Amino acid sequence: MLAVDDLHCERDERVLFSGLSFEVKSGSLLQVQGANGSGKTTLLRILAGLNQDFTGNLHWQGRPRASVLTEFQQSLFYLGHAPSVNRTLTPLQNLRWFCALQGYADDEAIVAALTAQGLAGYAGIPCCQLSAGQQRRVSLARLELTAAALWILDEPFTALDRLAVAALEGRIGRHAEAGGAVVLTTHHALKTPWPLSILDLDALRPEAL
Amino acid sequence: MTRQALGLLACLRATLLRELQIAVSSPGKVVNPLMFFVIASALFPLSGRLDLAVLGSIAPGILWVTALLAVMLSMEGLFRSDFDDGTLEQLLLSPQPLYFHLLVKVLGHWLVTGLPLVVIAPLLGLLLNLPAAGYQPLILGLLLGTPTLSLVAAIGTALTVGLARSGLLLAVLILPLSIPVLVFGAGVVDTALNGLPVAGLFSLLGALLLLAASLAPLAIAASLRISVQ
Repeated sequence: MLAVDDLHCERDERVLFSGLSFEVKSGSLLQVQGANGSGKTTLLRILAGLNQDFTGNLHWQGRPRASVLTEFQQSLFYLGHAPSVNRTLTPLQNLRWFCALQGYADDEAIVAALTAQGLAGYAGIPCCQLSAGQQRRVSLARLELTAAALWILDEPFTALDRLAVAALEGRIGRHAEAGGAVVLTTHHALKTPWPLSILDLDALRPEAL
Repeated sequence: MTRQALGLLACLRATLLRELQIAVSSPGKVVNPLMFFVIASALFPLSGRLDLAVLGSIAPGILWVTALLAVMLSMEGLFRSDFDDGTLEQLLLSPQPLYFHLLVKVLGHWLVTGLPLVVIAPLLGLLLNLPAAGYQPLILGLLLGTPTLSLVAAIGTALTVGLARSGLLLAVLILPLSIPVLVFGAGVVDTALNGLPVAGLFSLLGALLLLAASLAPLAIAASLRISVQ
């Protein structure tokens, strides 16, 4: 799906990674590992297309990403550190806008997604009245509402309780099983039945620091 | 299944609706610029022994400068919460045409912050002894000018959204760019008060609005991409 070739990124005159090449294949689960500050988030943001400050080539389905940007964005779901949930709006209002950005409206699916996240009855309550974990669940409800094949998840397990962590692990595994691809970072020991490949940024560092 | 595919217009309506819903749920963002406009304009008659006729003659300038400052103050919040909560990244990564979504977002923001200024300006005109001939050009001028100011200010907001304290920097960036609107906007009222034809000045204000509406979204999009990096 997404092929990365000879990626090089510096930040504040420090080389984060250099000569990095790998491919995210359909049905694969890739965990990016590394110590704090090793560039995991930077790598994910480069993959998603938010960070342009790098050299190297990115190919989407065999073609340069810049030439198929809209197709790429249609197939991408990105979850960053922040939950992408407006605190003054309700979960329903937040997710309606998310669906509109995907080009559709479907209130039933939104309510079903919220219910699956254990938020039945919270659809009309402003998000600022929800706990951090619940806001995170509103954010994760979007996984059910996107048709994207490639998921890029930055620390998706933050603030979740044990049951929600297990549910999300299952959901990630099912997505890979269905032919999707997931790239994620986490400091949590991922338990999933689906085979997991690991990209360790510390081991790839050009010279030991 | 109740899934409905939405066309571009319906998607844009969702962005507009979201902007209005945010304004309804945090009314301070709407009321504060309006209060600033009222209070700042009301300070001028209190600031000295101004002759009523003199006050009336400088009223267009006072109203336009305070409206400009009120718009600028209100714009700081345009992308702030979206930047903080990550929504901005979602907008930048969505397959939707960013240009139109940004245009609609600024429009939504103007509807809740700029339009109330236009509505209340005649009352402040009364307070400042604006002669009767000045009201129509004042309202029409503000109606054409404040969206332009919002669009220009949105560029500065987009550039500074990544900074912790952007208030004064925003003013330094934006105020010089607002001068043409101010000159023609206040000029249109002055010209009308002197009994001269104003159609040409209105055309210039309209042209500035069209120019800003067509080019500002590109600059806003580029600035946002820099800010999220």
